[in-house]
Amino acid sequence: MNLLDRTVDFVAALRRAGIPVSSAETVDAATAVGAMGWADRDAVRAAFAATLIKRPLYRSAFDTLFDLYFPPRIGDGVSLDPSPEPHAASGSGDGEPVDKAPAPEDLSPEELEELRRALRDQLLDALRDGNDEALRDLARRAVTSFGGGAGVGGSTGRSWYLYRALRAMSAETLIAQLLNDRLGEAERGGLAERVARQTISDRIRAFEEMVAAEVRRRMAEERGIEAVERSAVGPLDDQVEFLRASQRDLIELRRQVYPLARRLATQLTARRHLGRTGRLDFRRTVRASLATGGVPVDTKFRPRKPHKPELVVLCDVSGSVASFAHFTLLLTHALREQFSKVRAFAFIDTTDEVTRFLRGLDLGDMMARISSEAELVWYDGHSDYGHAIDVFAERYGESVGPRTSLLILGDARNNYRPTSAQLFRRLCGQARHAYWLNPEPRGYWGSGDSATDVYADVVDEMVECRNVAQLEEFIERILPS
Amino acid sequence: MSLQEHAFADVADVRERLGTTGYLADEAIATTVFLADRLRKPLLVEGPAGVGKTELAKALATCVGAELIRLQCYEGLDEARALYEWNYKKQLLRIQAGSGSGDEGGWQQAHDDIFSEEFLLSRPLLTAIRRESPTVLLIDETDKADVEVEGLLLEVLSDFQVTIPELGTITASRRPFVVLTSNATRELSEALKRRCLYLNLDYPSAEREKEIVLSRVPDLSEKLAESLVRIVRALRAMELKKAPSIAETIDWAQTVLALGFDTFDEKAVASTLGVVLKHASDQARAIGHLKLTAN
Repeated sequence: MNLLDRTVDFVAALRRAGIPVSSAETVDAATAVGAMGWADRDAVRAAFAATLIKRPLYRSAFDTLFDLYFPPRIGDGVSLDPSPEPHAASGSGDGEPVDKAPAPEDLSPEELEELRRALRDQLLDALRDGNDEALRDLARRAVTSFGGGAGVGGSTGRSWYLYRALRAMSAETLIAQLLNDRLGEAERGGLAERVARQTISDRIRAFEEMVAAEVRRRMAEERGIEAVERSAVGPLDDQVEFLRASQRDLIELRRQVYPLARRLATQLTARRHLGRTGRLDFRRTVRASLATGGVPVDTKFRPRKPHKPELVVLCDVSGSVASFAHFTLLLTHALREQFSKVRAFAFIDTTDEVTRFLRGLDLGDMMARISSEAELVWYDGHSDYGHAIDVFAERYGESVGPRTSLLILGDARNNYRPTSAQLFRRLCGQARHAYWLNPEPRGYWGSGDSATDVYADVVDEMVECRNVAQLEEFIERILPS
Repeated sequence: MSLQEHAFADVADVRERLGTTGYLADEAIATTVFLADRLRKPLLVEGPAGVGKTELAKALATCVGAELIRLQCYEGLDEARALYEWNYKKQLLRIQAGSGSGDEGGWQQAHDDIFSEEFLLSRPLLTAIRRESPTVLLIDETDKADVEVEGLLLEVLSDFQVTIPELGTITASRRPFVVLTSNATRELSEALKRRCLYLNLDYPSAEREKEIVLSRVPDLSEKLAESLVRIVRALRAMELKKAPSIAETIDWAQTVLALGFDTFDEKAVASTLGVVLKHASDQARAIGHLKLTAN
């Protein structure tokens, strides 16, 4: 297979991962590499990135796929890089070339343990110095020696396991020692320690990422790229489902809240400025008429005053949907300039106002404070939409008025309890609009204990809201225009 | 225009020459700039505020000896501000001056007159296209402009020509090097992105930022620069409203130097935090997170 075919395959893989790449951009990529040459792998990566990837969102999928399609080495580490053997740069003292390392099967457990120690020592050095080249080399060796295993399910050939390699190296356990090396006695516990800790954990994360990349590369050699590709590249960030998001996804999602809110706000302001629906702007019209010799050909209008609704958010914060609810709460709060008033209420089986927790806190703190300080549990701490609605109507019913948009967030899984549909209908009747955001896939609605059917009839619309893209689309649609 | 005329010989050349202007480029920046030069494509630079996007364009202009022409985008920017505009007042004066002479057959001549070069107000895009000598055209904060402006840019950037009905089509005699910047407050259109090379500029690595700080504030000791950069990175890792920019890191370095701190401890950080964090809530969070009040 030549490099051009490889490039075309790579582009096809990008498209499979959901990254839009046009044919013109593929041509650009080929031209760009033509201008650079294939000699320097990093330069090729940069050239592809510049021509094919036009949103930061796509970058991590791009990097993963690039490593799969254009691996820096093959097999146990025959370097294709023109750079000097990275092992020499690790400064580890033992000069034995890694390629000659004996296969792990041939070693006795003692020897294996010794090898593990040696690798960990080198890892310690590399982490301390922040030597990326050495780290990459160690990742490769760790996978060679400890990440291997028999193929699963009767498949021939070897299989590679991320977890085995990571456990053998257990980089996290080196933190204490690294901190000791770095800090004098006087600096413990203070600012210096926190900063050092941050640096070290960043490096460890980078190392783990390298090990993962190495495992993927070997799996790709064993099984073919396309088999690995699907599991290697997760969904793009705005497609990650709230209900299935891992801790790490959530951190990434949180990072997007403020930019997302800002982007939405900018769009809305821009939209408001379009259209000439307000009153005549006399001054600007006369000014413009100068261009046509005093004849007001072009009339200018003042923008109309935006209608700003009040927003009342009522959200389920029980375990199953908590991450979704908090994320949405924060987003609506970040958008508060777009509303004249935002009030937020949370419930599990009873309702309490949580507006006070939203301001100036980060998401983690907010979740902790809502669950510890707000009064959300009345009976057994399982979702009870019926009782929550009763309480809401009784205590905060007056917050829903004719200017209010009522937003309910939850999966409507009611544990087969009463729904208070009557009361809920009255509340929705009071409000200008009522929308329900449901983080479950549409196909699951109404199954089991889901009371979706009851509520969907009452609200103006029940919307499927599984990921950031859908959330963004929804908010853009309902916000005042 | 010779097609072989490129500003840079190779990627290392880009780095070196940008370096002489004080802009320290990493591998990705240098490669992308080199490609933009080779492929003659506009370069779209996107990233958070304060990572040196505009600075890159300025450094480019300096190092290739080109003039920088800047189009600052804002909401409501239109063709008349971006491309060209007829100087109406002057045209009016010309017509009035003409009619005073009582010359009846002068209409045709007046018409030809008032739509000539003399009455044309050239705005940045047209200026850049008409220039004979090397030019870097910086279209700054493209995301702030309205969507219609993107349409205009598409036309200008793909053909490097502008049609003025009264004068005809003006084609660039020498293609300017175009740099567009965006803070990503909204997504630019796919069509525009397709025509550009894309560079996502993020906060630099610790090593590079240290180099930048040292090159801008040479009197700062290396040890101090290092701890400063580390703390700035720790701040950026937090969820702040506004993460510190490179420019603010440099400001901080200058502050530290001016106040004559020789170590960068809790007290020093806490007393100068206002230089990098400009929201009260961000400051409060940083103080809490870094435990600055511990001592």
